[in-house]
Amino acid sequence: MSEHRLHIDWTACDGRGLCAELLPEVLAEDDWGYPVARDGTAEPAIPDRLEGPARRAVDRCPALALRLVRR
Amino acid sequence: MTDALWYFARGTGVVTLVLLTIVVALGIGARSGQPAFGLPRFAVSMVHRNAALLAVVMVFGHVVSLLFDPYAQLRVFDLVLPFVGNYRPFWQGLGTLGFDLLIAIVITSLLRQRIGVRVWRIVHWLAYLCWPLALLHGLGNGTDNGTWWLWTVAAICAGAVLVAIGWRVSPSFARFPARVARRVPQRSLQEVR
Amino acid sequence: MTTTAEAPAVRVERRLLAGPADGRLDSYLAATGRLPEVDGPRLIEILREAGLTGHGGAGFPAWRKLSAVHAAGRPAVVIANGAEGEPASRKDKVLLKSHPHLVLDGLQLVARALAAKAAHIYVSAPSVAGIRSALAERHRAGLDRVAVTVHTAPDAFVSGEESAVVAAVSGRSAVPGDKRVRIIESGVDGAPTLVQNVETLAHIAQIVRYGPRWFRSAGTSDEPGTFLATVGGVVAVPGVIEAGYGVPLGDLIDAAGGATEPVQAILVGGYHGGWVPPDPDLAVSRAAMTPYGASPGAGIVLALPASVCGLTETAKIVTYLAGQAAGQCGPCINGLPRLADTLSDLALRRGRPGLPAEVERLAALVTGRGACRHPDGTARLIRSGLQAFAAEVTAHLAGNCLAAQGTTRGGIR
Repeated sequence: MSEHRLHIDWTACDGRGLCAELLPEVLAEDDWGYPVARDGTAEPAIPDRLEGPARRAVDRCPALALRLVRR
Repeated sequence: MTDALWYFARGTGVVTLVLLTIVVALGIGARSGQPAFGLPRFAVSMVHRNAALLAVVMVFGHVVSLLFDPYAQLRVFDLVLPFVGNYRPFWQGLGTLGFDLLIAIVITSLLRQRIGVRVWRIVHWLAYLCWPLALLHGLGNGTDNGTWWLWTVAAICAGAVLVAIGWRVSPSFARFPARVARRVPQRSLQEVR
Repeated sequence: MTTTAEAPAVRVERRLLAGPADGRLDSYLAATGRLPEVDGPRLIEILREAGLTGHGGAGFPAWRKLSAVHAAGRPAVVIANGAEGEPASRKDKVLLKSHPHLVLDGLQLVARALAAKAAHIYVSAPSVAGIRSALAERHRAGLDRVAVTVHTAPDAFVSGEESAVVAAVSGRSAVPGDKRVRIIESGVDGAPTLVQNVETLAHIAQIVRYGPRWFRSAGTSDEPGTFLATVGGVVAVPGVIEAGYGVPLGDLIDAAGGATEPVQAILVGGYHGGWVPPDPDLAVSRAAMTPYGASPGAGIVLALPASVCGLTETAKIVTYLAGQAAGQCGPCINGLPRLADTLSDLALRRGRPGLPAEVERLAALVTGRGACRHPDGTARLIRSGLQAFAAEVTAHLAGNCLAAQGTTRGGIR
C-alpha cells in the first residue's frame, strides 16, 4: 500500500519557511527556521486530505527543495 | 476611438509600473523568510506571483492598444527589437527591453519546476534591470512625461523599491541572523529536478 | 564430512592479509592464481550464501546491492571506494598497499558480472601511486577486461560517503547529494551505480575462489567472515588486525601488543560509532555491541585510557566532526557546532543542570535531517558517550572530573 511522503532536498532547502506555513499539521520549524517533520521521520507521511496543501507547499518553495513521492 | 486607445495605453502603462513596483518590493521581501507588509510568507510569495501575472496582462493591453494607435507608430517587431522605433526610439527601446525581460522572467518562473533553480535564478536576477527600464521608459516615452502626477507616481514607486532595498541590507532583515551560511552545492547547468 | 556443524571460529586470523604483502602481481598470482569467471546471477547467489555484508561502515548485505544494480537492466558503473575519510581508520590504506590485487580482482569480478560500462577506483592520495602501478602491472598481463579509472579522494571525513563518491567520480566536488533517487538506480551519468568498499571487494575475490562455506568458517553464523580492525589508542603496537566477527575485544587488544595503560572505554566503529566498556570478553559483533549504541562499523577499535576524561575526548571528536560537515544542509551546519559547544561546556565543567537534556534535544534535532548520515552518526556517538561516561557527566555538572581525580576505573590491562 503506497502512500505519499514529502521528500526534502536538504542540499537545496534554505529554511524560508513557506512550507511550514502551508503545511502546519506536518511541519514545524527548528531553531534556525528549517522544517522539522512533526512525525519524527525523515520523509513525513502526507495523508490524502493534506495532499492539496502539500502540493501547494511543493510548488511555492522558493528553493524547489520539496517533492511529493510515493513510497 | 484613437483617444480611447490613447487613454487606455497610458492607463495600462501606469498600472503596469505600479504592479511591477509591488512585484519587486515583495520579491525583495520574500528573501527575508519573514512576513512582509502585513502578509504571511506564503502570501508574500502568492501576491508577488499574481501581481507579476497581472502586470503581464496589463503590459499586453498597453502594447496592443499602441499597435492600433496611429500616433504611436508602433510596429510588431518593435516589441522585440529595441531602439528602432519611429516615435522617441530611445525611450521606446527601453520599454521594449523591459517588456522582453518581463516575458523571459515570467515564462522561466512558470516553468521553473522543469528548468531547475539555477537557470531560473540567473534569469530572475534580470528583474533588477527590468524595473528601472520600466520606470525610465514611463518617464521618457509617454505623452504624460513632465506632468506632476506622473512624477508623483514615479517617485512613490521608486521610494517603495528603495525602502525594500534598504530593508534588505539592514541587520533586521534576516529572521535568523545567527544562522550559519550554507555552502551551496555545485550543480551542473543541465541538471533538472 | 562431519554430521554436526562446527561452530565458526571467532579469532584473530589472516585471510585477506594472508600471503605475500609486497603488493606485486607476480607474487600474488603465484599464491592465488587467476580469477575464475562468474556471471551476475551466480555471483549474487554465491554472495547470498556467504552472507557477506559491506565493510565501509553501513554493513549492508553485498548480494542485495549487487542484485538491485543487476536488476536495473541498464549498463552499470562500479566504483571501488577506498577513500577512508575516517581519521582513526587505516585498514583500506593497508589493504590497498599490501594486497591491491585482491581488491582489483574483486572489482573486475563485480564489473564483469554486471557487464559494467565503466569501473572506477577512488582512493586517498597516499594510495594513488601504488594502485596506479598495480593497474599497470595488470594491464601488461592482460588481466583487466573492464578498464579502471583511478580517482583521488580529498582528505575529508565525508569524502567516502556513497553519494560523495559518485559526485567525485562524476567530476563534481566530493560532497554528499540528495538521495531521492538511489545511487543503485541512478548514479554516475544517470547509470545504475554500485559503490563498494575496497575491503568488501577483496572478500568477494576470496569468496569466489574458496567458496561460501570457507567464508562462513570464520565469524558467527549471523555475522560470518573476517573483518579488518584498525586497533589504536593506548596499545603497544597500533595497527590493522584481521579477525572473525565476534572476536573478543581482549584478543584484538592483545594482537596489538596489549594495552599500555588501564583502559577506561573503547570506541568501536569510528567517529560515528560508540563507546563500549573495556570488557575483554565483549564480542566485536553487531549483536553484542547494540546495547551500547555501537556496531563494528568500519572496524575501528580505539582504546581510551583511564587517565583521559571521556567527555573531553567525546567533545573533541564532535568538534572535529562539526568542522567536517560539508555545509550544504541547514540543520547540520547549524546543529553540529551547537552540539560541539554544548558538549565542550560540559567537558570544561561549565555545566548547568539542563545541559544533558539540551544535548539530547539537539542530537534528536539533527538526526535524519540532512542529505547524508553525518549528523546522525555524530548524534549516535554523543548518545553513547553520555551513556558510557554517565558517572563523569554527574561529576562534571558538580564541577569535578573523575579522570582528573584519577578515580575512573580501568578495565583491560
